[in-house]
Amino acid sequence: MTRRNLRLADRGRLDRSQPIRFIFNGRTYYGYKGDTLASALIANGVALVGRSFKYHRPRGIMTAGSEEPNGLVQLGQGARTEPNIRATQIELYDGLVAASQNCWPSVGFDLGATNNLLSRFFPAGFYYKTFMWPASFWMKYEYFIRRAAGLGKAPGEPDPDRYDKTYAHCDVLVAGGGPAGIAAALAAARAGARVVLADEQAEFGGQLLHSRSEEIAGRPAVDWVAAAVAELSTMPEVTLLRRTTAFAYQDHNFVELVERVTDHLGPGADGPRQRYWRLRARQVVLAAGAIERPLVFADNDRPGIMLASAGRAYANRYGVAVGDKVLVFTGNDSAYRAALDLAEAGTAIAAIVDLRPDAGGPLVAEARGKGIEVLAAHAVTATRGSARLEGVTVMPLNAAGDGVTGGGRQIACDALLMSGGWNPAIHLFSHNRGKLRFDERVQSFVPGEPVRGCHTAGAMNGAFETADCLAQGFAAGRKAASEAGASGEAGSVPTVTRAEPAESPDRVLWIVPSDKPLGEGGKHFVDHQNDVTAADVALAHREGYRSVEHLKRYTTMGMGTDQGKTSNVNALAIMAALRDRQIPEVGHTTFRPPFAPVTIGAFSGHDKGDLFDPIRKTPMHGWHEKTGAPFEDVGQWKRAWYYPKPGEDMHAAVAREVKAVRAGVGIVDASTLGKIDIKGSDAARLLNMVYTNAWSKLEIGRCRYGLMCGEDGMVFDDGVTTRLGEQHFLMSTTTGNAARVLGWLEEWLQCEWPDWQVHCTSVTEQFATVGLNGPMARKLLAELTDDIPLDDAAFPFMSIREGHVAGIAARVMRISFTGELTFEINVAASYGLALWEALMAAGEKYGITPYGTEAMHVLRAEKGFIIVGQETDGTQTPQDLDMAWIVSKQKPDHLGKRSFLRTDTARPDRKHLVGLLTENPSEVIPEGGQVVAELKNQPPMTMLGHVTSSYYSPNVGRSIAMAVVKNGRNRMGDTVYVPLVDRVIRAKVTEPRFFDLEGARLNG
Amino acid sequence: MLLISCPHCGPRAEIEFAYGHEAHIARPTDQEKLTDAEWADYLFMRKNPKGVHYERWVHARGCRRWFNVARHTVTHEILAVYRMGDPPPALDR
Repeated sequence: MTRRNLRLADRGRLDRSQPIRFIFNGRTYYGYKGDTLASALIANGVALVGRSFKYHRPRGIMTAGSEEPNGLVQLGQGARTEPNIRATQIELYDGLVAASQNCWPSVGFDLGATNNLLSRFFPAGFYYKTFMWPASFWMKYEYFIRRAAGLGKAPGEPDPDRYDKTYAHCDVLVAGGGPAGIAAALAAARAGARVVLADEQAEFGGQLLHSRSEEIAGRPAVDWVAAAVAELSTMPEVTLLRRTTAFAYQDHNFVELVERVTDHLGPGADGPRQRYWRLRARQVVLAAGAIERPLVFADNDRPGIMLASAGRAYANRYGVAVGDKVLVFTGNDSAYRAALDLAEAGTAIAAIVDLRPDAGGPLVAEARGKGIEVLAAHAVTATRGSARLEGVTVMPLNAAGDGVTGGGRQIACDALLMSGGWNPAIHLFSHNRGKLRFDERVQSFVPGEPVRGCHTAGAMNGAFETADCLAQGFAAGRKAASEAGASGEAGSVPTVTRAEPAESPDRVLWIVPSDKPLGEGGKHFVDHQNDVTAADVALAHREGYRSVEHLKRYTTMGMGTDQGKTSNVNALAIMAALRDRQIPEVGHTTFRPPFAPVTIGAFSGHDKGDLFDPIRKTPMHGWHEKTGAPFEDVGQWKRAWYYPKPGEDMHAAVAREVKAVRAGVGIVDASTLGKIDIKGSDAARLLNMVYTNAWSKLEIGRCRYGLMCGEDGMVFDDGVTTRLGEQHFLMSTTTGNAARVLGWLEEWLQCEWPDWQVHCTSVTEQFATVGLNGPMARKLLAELTDDIPLDDAAFPFMSIREGHVAGIAARVMRISFTGELTFEINVAASYGLALWEALMAAGEKYGITPYGTEAMHVLRAEKGFIIVGQETDGTQTPQDLDMAWIVSKQKPDHLGKRSFLRTDTARPDRKHLVGLLTENPSEVIPEGGQVVAELKNQPPMTMLGHVTSSYYSPNVGRSIAMAVVKNGRNRMGDTVYVPLVDRVIRAKVTEPRFFDLEGARLNG
Repeated sequence: MLLISCPHCGPRAEIEFAYGHEAHIARPTDQEKLTDAEWADYLFMRKNPKGVHYERWVHARGCRRWFNVARHTVTHEILAVYRMGDPPPALDR
C-alpha cells in the first residue's frame, strides 16, 4: 500500500511545528497537534478503519463528531486498553496506539466478511428466529455469536488510572459551546449569573470552527469565538469546561457531565484522567446543535463516504481533504459549502448530485460559477470500491422521486460527501421529559413545550443560520440569568456582519431509489453501527414490528454506542412511509442517558478499593491484626474472626477457643455492638412500645434482654438494654443493625409520638466493650478492680456496676451471650486497647484465650441463642423463635402486638425454630440446607424449611444445628432429611438448645 | 436527582435524604377491635397515584428530621414541603 498524503497546505487549526507519531494497526503514522485520530488517519490516506458489526463490511470514518457510528477503535494497550472509542473524539498525542475492531485476522482480510455474502440469511430479527430451538443449544449459540460479533476487547487488568468526581452548583449551565452556547454564556455571565459553559470538543466554537467566510461583530467568526472565550475566562464566576460532555439531564436541573481532563495528553499524564461532574443548575440552556442526516442510498457505507459537514470540518478545521476527487450528494444547500471550500483548497469535485429538480439558490449558482458540475434531480444509485470508494453510478430521478429513469453514468471518485438534512440534537432535552414536536421545515424533531428551568437555543431548535443561533442563544442566556435572579446589563446580541449565502429549500427523500428493488443489489444502510438497512425496516414492517419501540428491538436499530444519532430519524421516517402515516404519528423512541458512552471509572471516581465503603475498626483492631487474626465483615465493621496459633487452621483454632471459654476464661472484643443512649421522661414509655416485653418496672442498675418487632410482628432486632437512671437507658443493638434501629426509634418519636420527651444518641463509637467469659472470669477481674464487688449477691446476673478496671473508669455488666459467667466491661473507646492489654497480661496465668466471632457463634448456638439475621429473615415472630415468653400479655400496646393475632401469624403450623441433631454426630450440615420430611430420588421435594446455623461443637461433643422448619415444634423427635447434591443427611428434630440446659454455668 | 427543601436546613440534594413511605397514615387505636383486613390495610396497603403523592422523607444525612413532601409522581415536581404533624396542603392538581 503506497502512502497517501491528503493534508491541505494552508488550512486547519493545527500546530504544524511538531509532528506527532502514532501507531494504527501496527503501522507508524504522523499527524499534528490539533488532529483527532480520525483526521490524522484521513490525512494519511487510511480510509478503512474497521469492520461493521453484523456483515463485517469495510468501514471508514463517517462523521467528525461524537455521533460517529463507524470509526470505533481499540485504543491503548495493556491495562489501559479501551474498546469502542470513536476515532473522531480522540485527540492525537505522541505515541498513541490504536487498532481496528471486529476483524480477524486483519482489517484488510477479514474472515467474518463472508457474513456479507450470506447476508440474505441474516435478516432483521435473525437471532430471534434462528437461535431459538432447542433451548438447550442457546449456550452454544451464544458462544459463537459473542465470538463473531464482539466489538473490541475489555481490558483484563484493573484500571491503573485515577478518576475524579466533583459536585458543583451554578445559576446557568450552558450545554454546548457553538455560536448559540457562547452567546448564551456571554449574556448570562454579563448579567451577573454564575455560569458553567461546557462543550465536548477541545475548543469552543462548534460549527464556527470550520466556517470560512463568516464574520461576527466585524471579525472572522473564529476570532470572535476567541474574543468571546477570552472575555468569559476573565469573569471569576464563569467556569469553562472544554472536552466535557453533558451526558444526562436529570430531575430538577441536575446535570451529569464528564470532563476528559488528561485523555488528550496520553497515558500517565499528571492529574486525573477524567472528572465526573454532578452539577445542579438553577437554569439550563441547551445549545446542543444538530447532527447531519445521512442519505439512505445503495451501498452508502463504503470507506470514503461521509457526512458533508464532516468533509467541511476536515478541510477547514483539520486541514485535510477527504479525498483527491470528491463527489457531493445532497438534497440541500449546506453540502455545497463543503464542495466550495474543498474546491477552493484545490481538491477536485467530481460532481454535485442534487436530489432537487430546481436546485438554484445562490450557493448552487456559486458552485456552477466555479465550474463544478451540478446534476439536478439526480441520485447516486450504486457505489464501488472495497477498502476505499472508487466510484459511483448516477441516474436521473423520476418526478416523484421514488424511482430512476435509467441511463446510469459512472463517475470516478474516492470520497463522497452526503447530506440528507439536519437533525436537531434534542437528546438532553428529552432526558428531562421534554416533549418533542415534529417540524415540517427541518423534517425532524425539535423541542416542543418548554420545560421549567430549561431553555433551548440555536440549531437544536432547528435554527441553522449563525445569526439565528446567536440571537436565540443570547436571548436564552439573558432569560435564564434573569430567572436565576441575575438581571445585570447583558449588552447587545452579537451580529453577523458577513453572512454565508442564504440557503434555498431542501428536498428530503427518506430512501434514495436505485434501478433495483429495495433489498436487491446494494444495501441501503440506515443504521451503520448495527448494520440495519432500509430493507430490514421494511421486513420488520411486514412481520408486524411496526411501533417504533418494536422496530428498535427487532432490528437493533438505534442501539449500540451511538444510540442511533445518525439513524433514528431516517428509520422513523421510512417506517412512517411504510405505514402510510405522518412521521409525528409514528413517534420516536425514548432518548435516555447517557448521551454518549461514559467510562465506568468516571462514575466510580475515588470510590474504589479501601475507599469504596467506610471501614470501621474497633480500638483493639491493631492488636487483633498483630496476633494474626483474620477479619470478618459485619456491616462496615471488621471483626476478629478467630486467632490461629502457629499450625492451626480455622477449625482447630475455633475448637480450641470454644473449649477454653467454658474451661477457663475467654476474652472477646464486642465493641461493634450498637449502643444507643436514651434519655428523657418518656424513655421507659418508648422502650415499652418498641420492645415486646415490659420495661416500666426495670430497676435502676438492672439489664433486660428485648426483642424488637416491626408493626408486622416480625423480629428485626434484639439486644440488652440497661437502666442507668430513672430517665436514662443504654440500649444495645446487633452490630449490623445499629443505624437502622436508631432510625427506627427516631421515626416513631418524630412522626407518631412527637410530644414524648425522649432523646436518642448513638454512642457506639464512644465505648470499647470487652467481654470476659468463663468460670475464671470473676477471679481475673477481681485482680483488676477494687471498687466493684463481684460476688453474686452484690453484683447479680443482669445488672450493671460502675467503677474502675485496671485503673480505667468502667461500666461493667453481667450479661451473657455464651451462657458462662460473663462480665462485659465498657470503657471510653480511647482506653479500649489499654484495658484489653491489661486483661491479657493479668489473665495469662488463667490461660486467658482471645476468641473471635466464629467461636462466639458456636458458643451461643450451644445455648440456643439466636442471631437476628441468621435465624431470622424478616418472616419470624417471637413465637416462631420459641420465644413467646418475651411477649408481654399485660402491656396494652407495643409495635407488632396486633399482628400476632393475624390469622396467618397465629397459625400453629408456621415455620418454627428447632434444633437438629444429625444421626452421624460428626457430620455437620451445611448452613442453608433444605429440610424435607419425605425423601425422593430427585427434586422436587416438599421443602419444610432450612438450616440457619450449624457447627461442630467440641463442648457438646457432636455437631449441632438450628433450623426453621414448618410445624417444627410439633415434629419433636421426628427424623428429617437434608438432601444435598452428593448425599443425604438424616437428623432428628430437637429443642434448639444443646448445652447446659439448666443454665447452671451463668454464675461461674 | 431531586432537589428537596428540608424545612429545617433548606434545599439539599436527594442523596442526603431517605424516602419513608406514604404520609398521613395514622396508627390505629383500639387495634384489637380491627378486623384482619382493616389491620392489613394499615400495614400494607399504600396509594400509588399518577399525580400528587403525599409522602414522608427524612433528612438522614443532615438534621435527621422527618417531614412531609407533596410530590408529583410523573414530573417529580415538589409542590409542597411541610413539617410532621401539619395537615396536607390543598393542591389544585
